[in-house]
Amino acid sequence: MIIAEKKPIEEIIDEVKDFDRILILGCNECVTVCEAGGKKEVEILASALRMYFINKGSEKKVDEKTLERQCDHEYLEELRSTIDDYDAIVSLACGVGVQFAAEKYLTTPLIPGVNTVCLGANEARGLWTERCQACGSCVLARTGGICPVSRCAKRVLNGPCGGSTNGKCEISKEVDCAWQLIIDRLKALDKMGDYEKVAPIKDWSTDRAGGPRTVTREDVKI
Amino acid sequence: MSTLNTASHLEKVLKAGHIGLTSECGPPRGSDAEEVKKKGALIRDYVDAINVTDNQTAMTRMSSLAACVHLKLMGIEPVLQMVTRDRNRVALQSDILGAASFDIPNMLCLSGDHQSFGDCAQGQNVHDLDSMQLVQTARYMRDEGKFLGGDKIKRPPKIFVGAAANPFADPFEIRVPRLAKKIACGAEFIQTQCIYNLDKFKEWIRRAADRGLTEKTFIMAGMTPMKSVGMAKYMKNRVPGMDVPDDIIARLSGVAKDKQAQEGIDICVEHIQELKEVNGVSGFHIMAIEWEEKVPEIVERVGLYPRPKV
Repeated sequence: MIIAEKKPIEEIIDEVKDFDRILILGCNECVTVCEAGGKKEVEILASALRMYFINKGSEKKVDEKTLERQCDHEYLEELRSTIDDYDAIVSLACGVGVQFAAEKYLTTPLIPGVNTVCLGANEARGLWTERCQACGSCVLARTGGICPVSRCAKRVLNGPCGGSTNGKCEISKEVDCAWQLIIDRLKALDKMGDYEKVAPIKDWSTDRAGGPRTVTREDVKI
Repeated sequence: MSTLNTASHLEKVLKAGHIGLTSECGPPRGSDAEEVKKKGALIRDYVDAINVTDNQTAMTRMSSLAACVHLKLMGIEPVLQMVTRDRNRVALQSDILGAASFDIPNMLCLSGDHQSFGDCAQGQNVHDLDSMQLVQTARYMRDEGKFLGGDKIKRPPKIFVGAAANPFADPFEIRVPRLAKKIACGAEFIQTQCIYNLDKFKEWIRRAADRGLTEKTFIMAGMTPMKSVGMAKYMKNRVPGMDVPDDIIARLSGVAKDKQAQEGIDICVEHIQELKEVNGVSGFHIMAIEWEEKVPEIVERVGLYPRPKV
Protein backbone atom coordinates (compact mmCIF):
# COMPACT_ATOMS: atom_id res chain seq x y z
CA MET A 1 0.00 0.00 0.00
CA ILE A 2 0.93 3.66 -0.15
CA ILE A 3 2.57 4.75 3.10
CA ALA A 4 2.14 8.30 4.33
CA GLU A 5 2.89 10.18 7.51
CA LYS A 6 1.21 13.17 9.07
CA LYS A 7 2.67 16.56 8.32
CA PRO A 8 3.65 18.62 11.36
CA ILE A 9 0.61 20.58 12.59
CA GLU A 10 2.58 23.86 12.38
CA GLU A 11 3.06 23.36 8.65
CA ILE A 12 -0.67 22.75 8.13
CA ILE A 13 -1.62 25.77 10.28
CA ASP A 14 0.72 27.94 8.24
CA GLU A 15 -1.06 26.87 5.06
CA VAL A 16 -4.66 27.24 6.33
CA LYS A 17 -4.47 30.20 8.71
CA ASP A 18 -5.90 32.68 6.20
CA PHE A 19 -8.95 30.56 5.31
CA ASP A 20 -12.22 30.73 7.25
CA ARG A 21 -14.04 27.63 6.03
CA ILE A 22 -11.88 24.52 5.94
CA LEU A 23 -12.72 20.91 5.13
CA ILE A 24 -10.45 18.17 6.44
CA LEU A 25 -10.80 15.35 3.94
CA GLY A 26 -9.72 11.83 4.82
CA CYS A 27 -9.40 8.73 2.66
CA ASN A 28 -10.56 5.29 3.65
CA GLU A 29 -7.83 3.39 1.82
CA CYS A 30 -4.05 3.14 2.32
CA VAL A 31 -3.73 6.19 4.58
CA THR A 32 -6.36 4.73 6.89
CA VAL A 33 -4.42 1.48 7.15
CA CYS A 34 -1.16 3.30 7.86
CA GLU A 35 -2.95 5.58 10.32
CA ALA A 36 -2.01 8.85 8.67
CA GLY A 37 -5.18 10.05 6.96
CA GLY A 38 -8.28 8.06 7.84
CA LYS A 39 -11.41 9.07 9.75
CA LYS A 40 -9.57 8.98 13.08
CA GLU A 41 -6.76 11.24 11.90
CA VAL A 42 -9.29 13.61 10.31
CA GLU A 43 -10.99 13.99 13.71
CA ILE A 44 -7.69 14.57 15.48
CA LEU A 45 -6.47 17.17 13.00
CA ALA A 46 -9.83 18.97 12.91
CA SER A 47 -9.91 19.15 16.71
CA ALA A 48 -6.36 20.43 16.87
CA LEU A 49 -7.09 23.16 14.31
CA ARG A 50 -10.30 24.19 16.08
CA MET A 51 -8.41 24.47 19.36
CA TYR A 52 -5.66 26.47 17.73
CA PHE A 53 -8.09 28.94 16.18
CA ILE A 54 -10.16 29.27 19.40
CA ASN A 55 -6.96 30.05 21.31
CA LYS A 56 -6.14 32.66 18.70
CA GLY A 57 -9.63 34.11 19.16
CA SER A 58 -10.61 33.54 15.53
CA GLU A 59 -13.82 31.93 14.45
CA LYS A 60 -13.35 29.37 11.73
CA LYS A 61 -15.40 26.57 10.34
CA VAL A 62 -13.51 23.26 10.33
CA ASP A 63 -15.54 20.36 8.96
CA GLU A 64 -14.67 16.69 8.60
CA LYS A 65 -15.32 14.18 5.87
CA THR A 66 -13.71 10.89 4.87
CA LEU A 67 -14.23 9.47 1.40
CA GLU A 68 -14.04 5.84 0.43
CA ARG A 69 -11.22 6.79 -1.95
CA GLN A 70 -9.75 10.06 -3.18
CA CYS A 71 -8.20 8.50 -6.26
CA ASP A 72 -11.54 7.74 -7.85
CA HIS A 73 -13.93 10.10 -9.69
CA GLU A 74 -16.97 8.40 -8.26
CA TYR A 75 -16.14 9.11 -4.63
CA LEU A 76 -14.71 12.59 -5.22
CA GLU A 77 -18.02 13.52 -6.84
CA GLU A 78 -19.59 13.27 -3.37
CA LEU A 79 -18.04 16.67 -2.62
CA ARG A 80 -19.58 18.41 -5.62
CA SER A 81 -22.71 19.70 -3.87
CA THR A 82 -20.85 21.18 -0.88
CA ILE A 83 -17.48 22.18 -2.37
CA ASP A 84 -18.43 25.87 -2.46
CA ASP A 85 -19.03 25.84 1.28
CA TYR A 86 -15.24 25.74 1.77
CA ASP A 87 -12.36 28.13 1.15
CA ALA A 88 -9.83 25.30 1.28
CA ILE A 89 -9.54 21.55 1.67
CA VAL A 90 -6.85 19.84 3.68
CA SER A 91 -6.59 16.39 2.13
CA LEU A 92 -5.11 13.61 4.21
CA ALA A 93 -4.93 11.32 1.18
CA CYS A 94 -1.65 10.42 -0.51
CA GLY A 95 -0.29 12.69 -3.21
CA VAL A 96 -2.50 10.91 -5.73
CA GLY A 97 -5.68 11.76 -3.86
CA VAL A 98 -4.69 15.39 -3.28
CA GLN A 99 -3.99 15.89 -6.97
CA PHE A 100 -7.10 14.09 -8.16
CA ALA A 101 -9.23 16.31 -5.93
CA ALA A 102 -7.35 19.40 -7.13
CA GLU A 103 -7.93 18.47 -10.76
CA LYS A 104 -11.64 18.00 -10.11
CA TYR A 105 -12.27 21.18 -8.11
CA LEU A 106 -10.25 23.77 -9.98
CA THR A 107 -11.07 26.81 -7.86
CA THR A 108 -10.69 25.26 -4.40
CA PRO A 109 -7.21 25.31 -2.84
CA LEU A 110 -6.07 21.78 -1.92
CA ILE A 111 -3.52 21.47 0.87
CA PRO A 112 -1.77 18.19 1.62
CA GLY A 113 -2.01 17.12 5.24
CA VAL A 114 0.37 14.18 4.93
CA ASN A 115 3.70 13.45 3.32
CA THR A 116 3.49 10.48 0.98
CA VAL A 117 6.49 8.33 1.83
CA CYS A 118 6.63 5.12 -0.15
CA LEU A 119 5.02 1.88 -1.27
CA GLY A 120 5.43 -0.34 1.72
CA ALA A 121 4.14 -2.81 4.21
CA ASN A 122 3.16 -2.77 7.85
CA GLU A 123 6.12 -4.64 9.24
CA ALA A 124 5.14 -4.39 12.88
CA ARG A 125 2.78 -2.31 14.99
CA GLY A 126 3.76 1.30 14.33
CA LEU A 127 6.39 0.39 11.71
CA TRP A 128 5.90 0.75 7.97
CA THR A 129 8.75 -0.01 5.59
CA GLU A 130 9.38 0.42 1.90
CA ARG A 131 9.13 -2.52 -0.47
CA CYS A 132 8.65 -1.08 -3.96
CA GLN A 133 9.58 2.00 -5.98
CA ALA A 134 7.28 1.26 -8.89
CA CYS A 135 10.20 1.14 -11.35
CA GLY A 136 7.79 -0.27 -13.91
CA SER A 137 9.84 -3.35 -14.75
CA CYS A 138 9.90 -5.87 -11.92
CA VAL A 139 13.14 -7.76 -11.27
CA LEU A 140 11.93 -9.76 -8.26
CA ALA A 141 11.98 -13.08 -10.14
CA ARG A 142 15.75 -12.73 -10.43
CA THR A 143 16.48 -11.45 -6.94
CA GLY A 144 14.86 -14.03 -4.72
CA GLY A 145 11.76 -11.91 -4.26
CA ILE A 146 13.65 -9.08 -2.52
CA CYS A 147 13.82 -5.75 -4.35
CA PRO A 148 17.27 -4.16 -4.80
CA VAL A 149 15.75 -1.09 -6.43
CA SER A 150 13.73 -0.03 -3.40
CA ARG A 151 15.70 -1.63 -0.59
CA CYS A 152 19.32 -0.97 -1.53
CA ALA A 153 20.39 2.62 -0.83
CA LYS A 154 22.37 2.53 -4.09
CA ARG A 155 19.84 0.40 -5.98
CA VAL A 156 22.76 -1.85 -6.93
CA LEU A 157 21.52 -4.56 -9.29
CA ASN A 158 24.66 -6.64 -8.86
CA GLY A 159 25.27 -6.35 -5.14
CA PRO A 160 26.11 -6.18 -2.39
CA CYS A 161 28.43 -3.18 -2.48
CA GLY A 162 31.50 -3.10 -0.27
CA GLY A 163 29.60 -1.37 2.52
CA SER A 164 27.55 -4.37 3.66
CA THR A 165 28.47 -5.21 7.25
CA ASN A 166 26.86 -7.86 9.46
CA GLY A 167 23.81 -7.86 7.24
CA LYS A 168 23.35 -4.10 7.54
CA CYS A 169 23.65 -1.25 5.06
CA GLU A 170 26.49 1.28 5.19
CA ILE A 171 24.01 4.12 5.68
CA SER A 172 22.72 2.82 9.02
CA LYS A 173 22.95 -0.12 11.38
CA GLU A 174 19.13 0.01 11.45
CA VAL A 175 18.81 -0.71 7.73
CA ASP A 176 19.04 -4.25 6.38
CA CYS A 177 21.39 -4.80 3.46
CA ALA A 178 19.01 -5.76 0.65
CA TRP A 179 21.65 -7.94 -0.93
CA GLN A 180 22.21 -9.85 2.30
CA LEU A 181 18.46 -10.55 2.27
CA ILE A 182 18.62 -11.55 -1.40
CA ILE A 183 21.49 -13.94 -0.74
CA ASP A 184 19.77 -15.43 2.32
CA ARG A 185 16.67 -16.03 0.24
CA LEU A 186 18.57 -17.45 -2.75
CA LYS A 187 20.21 -19.86 -0.32
CA ALA A 188 16.87 -20.85 1.16
CA LEU A 189 15.61 -21.48 -2.36
CA ASP A 190 18.78 -23.43 -3.19
CA LYS A 191 19.37 -21.02 -6.08
CA MET A 192 22.75 -19.53 -5.20
CA GLY A 193 23.86 -20.44 -8.72
CA ASP A 194 21.68 -17.54 -9.86
CA TYR A 195 23.81 -15.10 -7.88
CA GLU A 196 26.52 -15.15 -10.52
CA LYS A 197 24.17 -14.21 -13.34
CA VAL A 198 25.01 -10.60 -14.14
CA ALA A 199 21.97 -8.35 -14.02
CA PRO A 200 21.88 -6.43 -17.30
CA ILE A 201 21.90 -2.65 -17.50
CA LYS A 202 18.39 -1.66 -16.53
CA ASP A 203 15.92 0.12 -18.78
CA TRP A 204 14.89 2.99 -16.49
CA SER A 205 12.53 4.45 -19.06
CA THR A 206 9.70 2.66 -17.24
CA ASP A 207 10.82 4.39 -14.02
CA ARG A 208 10.27 8.08 -13.34
CA ALA A 209 13.11 8.77 -15.79
CA GLY A 210 10.71 8.16 -18.68
CA GLY A 211 8.30 10.86 -17.56
CA PRO A 212 4.82 10.41 -16.05
CA ARG A 213 3.67 6.85 -16.53
CA THR A 214 0.34 5.59 -17.72
CA VAL A 215 -1.29 2.21 -18.09
CA THR A 216 -3.80 1.91 -20.91
CA ARG A 217 -6.04 -1.13 -21.11
CA GLU A 218 -8.16 -1.26 -24.21
CA ASP A 219 -9.91 -4.39 -22.93
CA VAL A 220 -11.37 -2.64 -19.89
CA LYS A 221 -12.14 0.71 -21.50
CA ILE A 222 -15.79 1.66 -21.82
CA MET B 1 46.43 -12.18 -20.26
CA SER B 2 49.50 -11.37 -22.30
CA THR B 3 48.24 -9.36 -25.28
CA LEU B 4 48.16 -5.64 -24.61
CA ASN B 5 44.79 -4.02 -25.11
CA THR B 6 45.80 -0.45 -24.37
CA ALA B 7 48.80 1.83 -24.07
CA SER B 8 48.60 1.60 -20.27
CA HIS B 9 51.95 1.32 -18.56
CA LEU B 10 50.24 -0.40 -15.64
CA GLU B 11 48.89 -3.04 -18.01
CA LYS B 12 52.38 -3.55 -19.45
CA VAL B 13 53.99 -3.94 -16.03
CA LEU B 14 51.39 -6.45 -14.88
CA LYS B 15 51.39 -8.43 -18.10
CA ALA B 16 55.20 -8.58 -18.08
CA GLY B 17 54.85 -10.46 -14.80
CA HIS B 18 56.18 -7.73 -12.52
CA ILE B 19 54.54 -6.85 -9.23
CA GLY B 20 52.47 -3.80 -10.14
CA LEU B 21 52.33 -0.79 -7.87
CA THR B 22 49.76 1.94 -7.72
CA SER B 23 49.07 4.63 -5.21
CA GLU B 24 46.43 7.25 -4.96
CA CYS B 25 45.95 10.91 -4.79
CA GLY B 26 42.78 12.57 -3.52
CA PRO B 27 41.93 15.80 -5.35
CA PRO B 28 41.71 18.93 -3.19
CA ARG B 29 38.59 20.60 -1.88
CA GLY B 30 39.35 23.59 -4.02
CA SER B 31 40.60 24.50 -7.45
CA ASP B 32 44.33 24.70 -6.78
CA ALA B 33 45.96 22.25 -9.18
CA GLU B 34 49.28 22.60 -7.34
CA GLU B 35 47.99 20.31 -4.59
CA VAL B 36 47.43 17.49 -7.07
CA LYS B 37 50.72 18.12 -8.81
CA LYS B 38 52.63 18.15 -5.53
CA LYS B 39 51.19 14.78 -4.49
CA GLY B 40 51.87 13.37 -7.94
CA ALA B 41 55.47 14.58 -7.89
CA LEU B 42 56.09 12.95 -4.50
CA ILE B 43 55.19 9.46 -5.67
CA ARG B 44 55.59 9.41 -9.45
CA ASP B 45 58.84 7.46 -9.50
CA TYR B 46 57.72 4.89 -6.95
CA VAL B 47 54.58 3.55 -8.57
CA ASP B 48 53.41 2.53 -12.05
CA ALA B 49 50.24 4.57 -12.01
CA ILE B 50 48.38 6.87 -9.64
CA ASN B 51 44.67 6.51 -8.87
CA VAL B 52 42.72 9.71 -8.58
CA THR B 53 39.71 9.34 -6.33
CA ASP B 54 36.25 10.48 -7.36
CA ASN B 55 34.66 12.56 -4.60
CA GLN B 56 35.62 9.95 -2.03
CA THR B 57 33.39 9.59 1.02
CA ALA B 58 30.95 11.70 -0.99
CA MET B 59 32.77 14.93 -0.09
CA THR B 60 32.69 17.37 -2.97
CA ARG B 61 36.16 17.84 -4.44
CA MET B 62 37.90 18.79 -7.65
CA SER B 63 36.76 16.35 -10.31
CA SER B 64 38.74 13.17 -10.71
CA LEU B 65 38.99 13.68 -14.46
CA ALA B 66 40.42 17.19 -14.12
CA ALA B 67 42.96 16.03 -11.54
CA CYS B 68 43.90 13.10 -13.82
CA VAL B 69 44.55 15.56 -16.64
CA HIS B 70 46.91 17.56 -14.41
CA LEU B 71 48.87 14.39 -13.65
CA LYS B 72 48.84 13.25 -17.26
CA LEU B 73 50.24 16.61 -18.41
CA MET B 74 53.13 16.05 -15.97
CA GLY B 75 53.83 12.72 -17.66
CA ILE B 76 52.36 10.69 -14.81
CA GLU B 77 50.01 7.84 -15.63
CA PRO B 78 46.66 8.20 -13.88
CA VAL B 79 43.96 5.68 -13.01
CA LEU B 80 40.68 7.53 -13.35
CA GLN B 81 38.32 6.47 -10.57
CA MET B 82 34.66 6.74 -11.52
CA VAL B 83 31.73 6.20 -9.21
CA THR B 84 28.21 5.50 -10.38
CA ARG B 85 26.70 7.61 -7.59
CA ASP B 86 26.85 10.99 -9.30
CA ARG B 87 26.50 10.45 -13.04
CA ASN B 88 24.13 8.65 -15.36
CA ARG B 89 25.17 6.62 -18.39
CA VAL B 90 25.31 9.71 -20.58
CA ALA B 91 27.78 11.47 -18.28
CA LEU B 92 29.81 8.34 -17.56
CA GLN B 93 30.32 7.54 -21.23
CA SER B 94 31.05 11.18 -21.92
CA ASP B 95 33.72 11.31 -19.19
CA ILE B 96 35.28 8.07 -20.46
CA LEU B 97 35.67 9.73 -23.85
CA GLY B 98 36.97 12.88 -22.19
CA ALA B 99 39.59 10.82 -20.36
CA ALA B 100 40.49 8.98 -23.55
CA SER B 101 40.93 12.29 -25.35
CA PHE B 102 43.83 12.97 -22.95
CA ASP B 103 45.03 9.37 -23.41
CA ILE B 104 44.32 8.55 -19.78
CA PRO B 105 44.75 4.79 -20.11
CA ASN B 106 43.25 3.32 -16.90
CA MET B 107 40.00 3.52 -15.04
CA LEU B 108 38.57 2.00 -11.88
CA CYS B 109 34.82 1.44 -11.67
CA LEU B 110 33.14 1.89 -8.30
CA SER B 111 29.69 2.48 -6.88
CA GLY B 112 30.94 5.13 -4.43
CA ASP B 113 30.19 5.78 -0.77
CA HIS B 114 26.62 6.78 -0.08
CA GLN B 115 26.08 10.54 -0.25
CA SER B 116 24.92 10.57 3.38
CA PHE B 117 28.60 10.33 4.41
CA GLY B 118 29.52 13.52 2.62
CA ASP B 119 28.75 17.20 2.48
CA CYS B 120 25.66 16.83 0.27
CA ALA B 121 23.63 14.40 2.35
CA GLN B 122 20.42 15.94 0.98
CA GLY B 123 21.44 15.30 -2.62
CA GLN B 124 20.08 12.71 -5.01
CA ASN B 125 22.14 9.73 -5.99
CA VAL B 126 22.05 8.43 -9.52
CA HIS B 127 23.10 4.78 -9.74
CA ASP B 128 21.78 4.49 -13.27
CA LEU B 129 24.43 1.79 -13.74
CA ASP B 130 26.10 -0.17 -10.98
CA SER B 131 29.86 -0.67 -10.78
CA MET B 132 29.78 -3.97 -12.69
CA GLN B 133 27.68 -2.46 -15.42
CA LEU B 134 30.16 0.43 -15.62
CA VAL B 135 32.92 -2.12 -16.19
CA GLN B 136 30.80 -3.67 -18.95
CA THR B 137 30.15 -0.25 -20.44
CA ALA B 138 33.82 0.73 -20.56
CA ARG B 139 34.79 -2.62 -22.09
CA TYR B 140 31.98 -2.39 -24.63
CA MET B 141 33.05 1.10 -25.64
CA ARG B 142 36.64 -0.06 -26.01
CA ASP B 143 36.21 -3.53 -27.49
CA GLU B 144 33.15 -3.01 -29.65
CA GLY B 145 33.88 0.64 -30.37
CA LYS B 146 30.28 1.50 -29.67
CA PHE B 147 28.19 3.58 -27.30
CA LEU B 148 25.63 1.76 -25.13
CA GLY B 149 23.04 3.17 -27.52
CA GLY B 150 24.66 1.20 -30.35
CA ASP B 151 26.23 4.04 -32.38
CA LYS B 152 29.84 3.77 -33.46
CA ILE B 153 32.46 5.72 -31.54
CA LYS B 154 35.07 7.57 -33.55
CA ARG B 155 38.40 6.72 -31.90
CA PRO B 156 37.08 4.39 -29.15
CA PRO B 157 38.60 4.79 -25.66
CA LYS B 158 41.62 2.53 -25.15
CA ILE B 159 41.28 2.14 -21.42
CA PHE B 160 42.54 -0.62 -19.12
CA VAL B 161 39.51 -1.34 -16.95
CA GLY B 162 39.60 -2.19 -13.29
CA ALA B 163 37.21 -2.74 -10.44
CA ALA B 164 37.40 -2.83 -6.68
CA ALA B 165 36.90 -5.82 -4.44
CA ASN B 166 36.35 -5.91 -0.74
CA PRO B 167 37.32 -9.32 0.64
CA PHE B 168 36.07 -8.24 4.07
CA ALA B 169 32.54 -7.05 3.46
CA ASP B 170 29.68 -9.34 4.30
CA PRO B 171 28.53 -11.92 3.47
CA PHE B 172 31.97 -13.52 3.08
CA GLU B 173 30.81 -16.53 1.05
CA ILE B 174 29.80 -14.37 -1.91
CA ARG B 175 33.02 -12.34 -1.97
CA VAL B 176 34.67 -14.72 -4.44
CA PRO B 177 31.53 -15.24 -6.58
CA ARG B 178 31.26 -11.45 -6.65
CA LEU B 179 34.84 -11.21 -7.89
CA ALA B 180 33.96 -13.79 -10.55
CA LYS B 181 31.06 -11.59 -11.65
CA LYS B 182 33.31 -8.54 -11.94
CA ILE B 183 35.77 -10.53 -14.03
CA ALA B 184 32.92 -11.83 -16.20
CA CYS B 185 31.91 -8.20 -16.74
CA GLY B 186 35.42 -7.45 -17.97
CA ALA B 187 37.50 -6.25 -15.01
CA GLU B 188 41.12 -6.62 -16.08
CA PHE B 189 42.60 -5.58 -12.76
CA ILE B 190 41.24 -5.46 -9.24
CA GLN B 191 42.28 -3.14 -6.43
CA THR B 192 41.14 -4.38 -3.05
CA GLN B 193 39.91 -2.66 0.05
CA CYS B 194 42.63 -1.92 2.64
CA ILE B 195 43.91 -5.18 4.06
CA TYR B 196 44.68 -5.55 7.74
CA ASN B 197 43.26 -9.02 8.32
CA LEU B 198 45.84 -11.02 6.37
CA ASP B 199 44.38 -14.42 7.20
CA LYS B 200 40.98 -13.51 5.84
CA PHE B 201 42.54 -11.97 2.73
CA LYS B 202 44.62 -15.08 2.11
CA GLU B 203 41.53 -17.26 2.45
CA TRP B 204 39.72 -15.05 -0.06
CA ILE B 205 42.51 -15.11 -2.64
CA ARG B 206 43.02 -18.85 -2.14
CA ARG B 207 39.37 -19.43 -2.97
CA ALA B 208 39.71 -17.08 -5.95
CA ALA B 209 42.80 -18.96 -7.15
CA ASP B 210 40.98 -22.30 -6.72
CA ARG B 211 38.40 -21.05 -9.20
CA GLY B 212 41.11 -19.87 -11.59
CA LEU B 213 40.14 -16.25 -11.10
CA THR B 214 43.66 -15.06 -10.32
CA GLU B 215 44.64 -16.19 -13.81
CA LYS B 216 41.95 -14.03 -15.36
CA THR B 217 42.60 -10.71 -13.65
CA PHE B 218 45.41 -8.94 -11.81
CA ILE B 219 44.67 -8.60 -8.12
CA MET B 220 46.37 -5.65 -6.47
CA ALA B 221 46.24 -5.81 -2.69
CA GLY B 222 45.12 -2.57 -1.04
CA MET B 223 47.42 -1.27 1.68
CA THR B 224 46.92 1.78 3.90
CA PRO B 225 49.45 2.55 6.62
CA MET B 226 47.92 3.58 9.94
CA LYS B 227 49.00 6.98 11.20
CA SER B 228 47.88 6.40 14.76
CA VAL B 229 45.87 4.12 17.00
CA GLY B 230 43.04 6.65 16.69
CA MET B 231 42.94 6.12 12.94
CA ALA B 232 42.97 2.34 13.42
CA LYS B 233 40.02 2.54 15.80
CA TYR B 234 38.15 4.86 13.45
CA MET B 235 38.73 2.51 10.52
CA LYS B 236 37.61 -0.46 12.59
CA ASN B 237 34.46 1.10 13.96
CA ARG B 238 33.35 3.74 11.52
CA VAL B 239 34.40 2.81 8.01
CA PRO B 240 31.93 0.43 6.36
CA GLY B 241 33.30 -2.90 5.23
CA MET B 242 36.69 -2.48 6.97
CA ASP B 243 38.24 -5.31 8.98
CA VAL B 244 40.90 -4.15 11.45
CA PRO B 245 41.87 -7.00 13.80
CA ASP B 246 42.41 -6.20 17.48
CA ASP B 247 46.08 -7.16 17.33
CA ILE B 248 46.77 -4.22 14.97
CA ILE B 249 45.17 -1.86 17.46
CA ALA B 250 47.02 -3.50 20.34
CA ARG B 251 50.34 -3.17 18.51
CA LEU B 252 49.80 0.53 17.79
CA SER B 253 48.59 1.15 21.36
CA GLY B 254 51.74 -0.54 22.62
CA VAL B 255 54.06 2.21 21.40
CA ALA B 256 54.36 5.86 22.43
CA LYS B 257 52.11 8.27 20.60
CA ASP B 258 54.97 9.85 18.66
CA LYS B 259 56.12 6.42 17.47
CA GLN B 260 52.71 5.20 16.29
CA ALA B 261 53.06 6.57 12.75
CA GLN B 262 56.38 4.74 12.31
CA GLU B 263 54.80 1.60 13.75
CA GLY B 264 51.99 1.97 11.20
CA ILE B 265 54.51 2.17 8.36
CA ASP B 266 56.35 -0.86 9.75
CA ILE B 267 53.13 -2.88 9.86
CA CYS B 268 52.35 -1.89 6.28
CA VAL B 269 55.83 -2.88 5.12
CA GLU B 270 55.61 -6.24 6.91
CA HIS B 271 52.19 -6.92 5.39
CA ILE B 272 53.39 -6.17 1.86
CA GLN B 273 56.41 -8.40 2.35
CA GLU B 274 54.19 -11.22 3.54
CA LEU B 275 51.60 -10.78 0.78
CA LYS B 276 54.24 -10.53 -1.97
CA GLU B 277 54.72 -14.26 -1.50
CA VAL B 278 51.03 -15.12 -1.72
CA ASN B 279 49.85 -16.88 -4.86
CA GLY B 280 47.51 -14.68 -6.88
CA VAL B 281 48.74 -11.32 -5.59
CA SER B 282 49.83 -9.41 -8.71
CA GLY B 283 50.57 -6.09 -7.12
CA PHE B 284 49.83 -3.55 -4.45
CA HIS B 285 47.69 -0.47 -4.28
CA ILE B 286 49.16 1.77 -1.59
CA MET B 287 46.60 4.24 -0.32
CA ALA B 288 48.54 6.51 2.01
CA ILE B 289 45.69 8.86 2.75
CA GLU B 290 47.02 12.45 2.95
CA TRP B 291 50.38 10.83 3.67
CA GLU B 292 51.74 10.48 0.15
CA GLU B 293 55.25 11.39 1.27
CA LYS B 294 55.53 8.00 2.97
CA VAL B 295 54.97 6.01 -0.22
CA PRO B 296 58.65 6.15 -1.31
CA GLU B 297 59.82 4.77 2.05
CA ILE B 298 57.31 1.92 1.92
CA VAL B 299 58.19 1.01 -1.69
CA GLU B 300 61.93 1.10 -1.01
CA ARG B 301 61.68 -0.96 2.16
CA VAL B 302 59.67 -3.73 0.49
CA GLY B 303 62.26 -3.96 -2.30
CA LEU B 304 60.01 -2.79 -5.10
CA TYR B 305 62.13 0.21 -6.06
CA PRO B 306 63.19 1.06 -8.69
CA ARG B 307 60.10 0.38 -10.75
CA PRO B 308 60.51 -1.86 -13.79
CA LYS B 309 61.01 -0.22 -17.18
CA VAL B 310 58.79 -1.98 -19.69
